[in-house]
Parts: sequence; structure tokens; C-alpha cells
Amino acid sequence: MNKIANRAVMCEVLKEAAAQDKDVVVLCSDSRGSASLTSFAEEYPAQFVEIGIAEQNLVSVAAGLASCGKKAFAVSPASFISTRSYEQCKVDCAYSNTNVKLVGISGGVSYGALGMTHHSAQDIAAMSAIPGMRVYLPSDRHQTRKLFEALLQDQQTAYIRLGRNPVEDVYEENCVPFEMNKATEIAQGSDVLIVACGEMVKPAKDAAELLAKQGISAGVLDMYCVKPLDQEGLLAAAAGKKLVVSVEEHAPFGGLGSMVAQVISANDPKRVINLALPDAPVITGTSQEVFHHYGLDAEGIAKTVSQALEG
Amino acid sequence: MNTLALKAYDLRQDVLDIIVSGGGGHIGGDMSSMEIMLTLYHRMNVDPKHPEDPNRDRFVLSKGHCVETLYAVLADKGFLDIEEVKAQFSRFGSEYIGHPHNTLPGIEMNSGSLGHGLSVCVGMALAGRMDQRPYRVYTLMGDGELAEGSIWEALMAAGHYRLDNLCAVIDRNHLQISGNTEEVMGHHDLHARFAAFDWHVIDVADGNDVDQLEAAFQEAERTKGKPTILIANTVKGKGSPLMENKASWHHHLPNQEEYEQISRDLKARKEALAKGGAAHE
Repeated sequence: MNKIANRAVMCEVLKEAAAQDKDVVVLCSDSRGSASLTSFAEEYPAQFVEIGIAEQNLVSVAAGLASCGKKAFAVSPASFISTRSYEQCKVDCAYSNTNVKLVGISGGVSYGALGMTHHSAQDIAAMSAIPGMRVYLPSDRHQTRKLFEALLQDQQTAYIRLGRNPVEDVYEENCVPFEMNKATEIAQGSDVLIVACGEMVKPAKDAAELLAKQGISAGVLDMYCVKPLDQEGLLAAAAGKKLVVSVEEHAPFGGLGSMVAQVISANDPKRVINLALPDAPVITGTSQEVFHHYGLDAEGIAKTVSQALEG
Repeated sequence: MNTLALKAYDLRQDVLDIIVSGGGGHIGGDMSSMEIMLTLYHRMNVDPKHPEDPNRDRFVLSKGHCVETLYAVLADKGFLDIEEVKAQFSRFGSEYIGHPHNTLPGIEMNSGSLGHGLSVCVGMALAGRMDQRPYRVYTLMGDGELAEGSIWEALMAAGHYRLDNLCAVIDRNHLQISGNTEEVMGHHDLHARFAAFDWHVIDVADGNDVDQLEAAFQEAERTKGKPTILIANTVKGKGSPLMENKASWHHHLPNQEEYEQISRDLKARKEALAKGGAAHE
């Protein structure tokens, strides 16, 4: 089991970049520890800005820095940066076209028993609705590295959601297929396509293996780029399938499932099932307990698929 | 007589023309903030020939609804064509919208939603310090706008980081859309509040007086170790008795008769100023 969280990988990539480029700047809202960025702050104090517990100011200050040529990474818990400072993300980052990377850490239900104040189950919907805002949910530490390396090369704002805990690898260290804004097909299958993002990719991949034992052939698509959604990749992977199942650690409205259904219904109509968290405060528990409860683990996903194909 | 003081009345006529042409605008705040923006742009290091110069001074209009005055001042500086602004303002498909938009030359950031500008300027000032650039950063906020909580986050950060390359201005006209600022959400002793956040505070007795404003901006530039904030006491609707100190003129669209009256009043004020008299009634 991998012990390295995606947020720790982000810190490593940002430190490597900061060593080469003085314009790489990281901002935190009393969140450097939660973000695994303490070592960045210690090693690159001139490129680190502490804002204190003030997420609105965090995002706007990042935009001001970016407007003067800085590559600003504003890092704060996903629940706060995506909703407390939503208007700053809309106006100062997307609308004003500043190169601010908004990183939501401890995303989804990572904070477990801390409750709905700390869960970010609305962030994909909220951020995707902003013109010019891109939304990325990397699935494992290897893809996180590729994604941050790519983000350091572009000049446009984006929202990136990372989970809190280490997650099992989806990819092997020396074999991480990655193309910016293109979904990664990690399994091919003929009966059903499972589309997942973020921490749901690993259980989706495992579900495909469970389904194979039942004689069901499932393809799996890692849609880490929720916006811009890779429509071409989605339609190619969905072609010929009886069913498309989307899986996300998000509220049931406005997230990956909504976008997948929109694209499938407009271009290649077929049944789409959206597996997501409920439209309610989620049950208390660890991420794994919560995923299991709502059928978002490998067994739950496999069960939904097999039942749907039987029906 | 400072020629800028006279120019302020010419530009007020431009603002009036823009608003009447476009069928709406925030005339009250436009008129109160005219001398602030004009004095600022007169002294700022900005050049329409080199709009992306990394050493240029930065200005963010946090009270973005006063964009008509910004248009008039930017046109006077050579960034925009005033006749084009008048012809296109608020028209279908126009770039000249009712709030600042940074696809236009000379405009740094989009604004309109209140309470963002100071935070953005904190970032600009930090960037200037990091890169050891000589530029200064300015923002203009409304007094009604000060109820936005994010402004106090930014005031705290600017004081904490001792951003002496940052200067904020409050257009203290005492009126907002619902009436007197002190009745809507009282500020009481603004000077003490800003000072408590570790800012150098300058009270500008007449924020429609270009000489007083220039002196205050010079003092701000001399002040080291702290950001400076100007409380510029202005008159909302400044320029015509028809609209002065009337909250109802926050975004009133003058009819033809009012347009002509205001135009006559602006001309008379300018002539009185040129003769050395006060611009007041």
C-alpha cells in the first residue's frame, strides 16, 4: 500500500519548480501543514505567502501576484477555497484571466467525521460552472506529479482537488500515460464503460476486475480532466457499450455524472448511471467507510453494473 | 490654478455624455471620485505606449461601478478614445461595459463585485517587493464598500506585511444606494479603525481638491514601513447642485432637461475655478 499522499507529491513538484523559477509562489491560509507544504515554506520562504485564515483574501492576493507575472498556487482545504472564496475564484482568477492555480486539499469526504463543513461535495459543480475555470481531480500520486508538471507550464487558472490520505496507485511509477486534457483509458471492455475521477478511479479499476470474474467486460476511463471534459475520449470509449456508469466523490448534481450524461445523451444516447454521494450530509466515517456505505467502492460499483446489465 | 482642477470639470462632462449615451451609469460616485482618479493618473507611472511595462504603477478600481470616470481619465491619458467610449458604452457587443474589464488597455483587473480590489493590490504589492520593482500600487474603494468583510482581511494582511508600496483611497462621500452610510452600516471613526490595522492614515479634508490629494499622495510615498490609506472626504454628485449629496443620484439617468442643467453647472463651476474662486456654491 502506497504511503505517499497526492498532496505530498504536489509539494515535491512545487519545490522542484521553485528551485528553477523564482516566479513560482505558494500561498496558504494557515493550511501549510494540511497541504504538506511546510517544507516548501521552510525551503523557499521568499516564494511562500502566509495569508492566515482568510480564504477570500488568499485567492485575490494570489490573483494580484499572478497579474504581476507570478505562477501562484493558492492552497487551502477544498471545502473553503471552492465555496468561501467562490466569487474571488470567479472574478479575480477566471474572469480577470490570471494564472492562479487553486488547489483544494482534503477534498471530498477526506475529513471524515469532521462533518459537512469540511466536506467538499459541491466543488466540481461550483468550479465547472465558471467560464474559463478548468477542473482536475488526479487519481494517484503518479498522475498528480504529471498534472502539476503540466500545470506549471500553462498560464490559465485551474482548480485542482486532492484528497487527504494516501491512495493506492492506479498507475505504475514508470508507466503513467498522461496527456493534458485527455482522459486515460486504463481498461478496455465491451459491455460497460465506467468513468471515474479522483479517488474513485482505483475502485472503478478494481470493479472492472471483479466484473471480469462474472463474465462482464468493463472498460475504465480515468477522467481526471473533468473540465474541459474529454468528450472525444469519452465517446470513443463509450462506443458500442450497453451502459455507461460514472463514479465520483461528489454530490449527485453538477459533477462528473451530469457532464458525462450530457455528452452521451447528445451524441450517443444510451443508459447512464451516476454513482455519487447523496444530496444530503454524508454519514459519519472514514473515506473508505463512507465509500462502502454509498456503494462507491469496488464491490458497490460492480454490483450496480451487474444489476443494471441484468435488468 | 492647478489645471487639473479645471480638467476635472471637462472630464465630468465626458462622464455625463458617456452615461447619457449608454443609457445608465453610476453618476453620483463618478462625480465624487473624479479628482481622486485624475490626480492619481496624473502622477502614476503609466504609459499607453508601454502598457505592459513591468515597472508601471498599478491601479485597481475596487468600486468598479465608477468605471465611467475611469474611462474618461484613461482617455485623457491616451489609453482610450473618448469619442469611441461615448459611442459604444453599454451598446450591444461593446467592450465598454459598466464595470472595468482588463481586455481594455490600461485596465489591470476586472472588478464590479465590491471588496476585491484591496486584496488584489496586496498581491501586486507583494509581487513588487519580491521582484524589487519600484512600482507603487493604488486602489480606490467606496465608503459603502467598506462593509465587505474581505476588505478587512486585506487591511490586516497589508498591515502585517508592512506594504509601504501600497496606497488605498476611500471615496468618503457618506452616501450609498440606500442612503447615508452611517445609517446603513456605520463606520464611526474610520481613521482609528484603519490605524488599528497598522496603516498610516491621512484625512484629506477636501477629496475633490487636487492639491490636497497630490499632497496626500506625496506623503503616502514618503511613508515607509506601513501602507497608507487616504480618507478623501468628497461630495457625491460633485459638479451640480442638482445631484450633489443626493443618494437618489447613485445611478440616476439624467433626462434631457437635467443633462442641460448639469452641463451648464459644470461649465459655470469651471469658469469660477479659472477665475480663482472656489468650486463650491
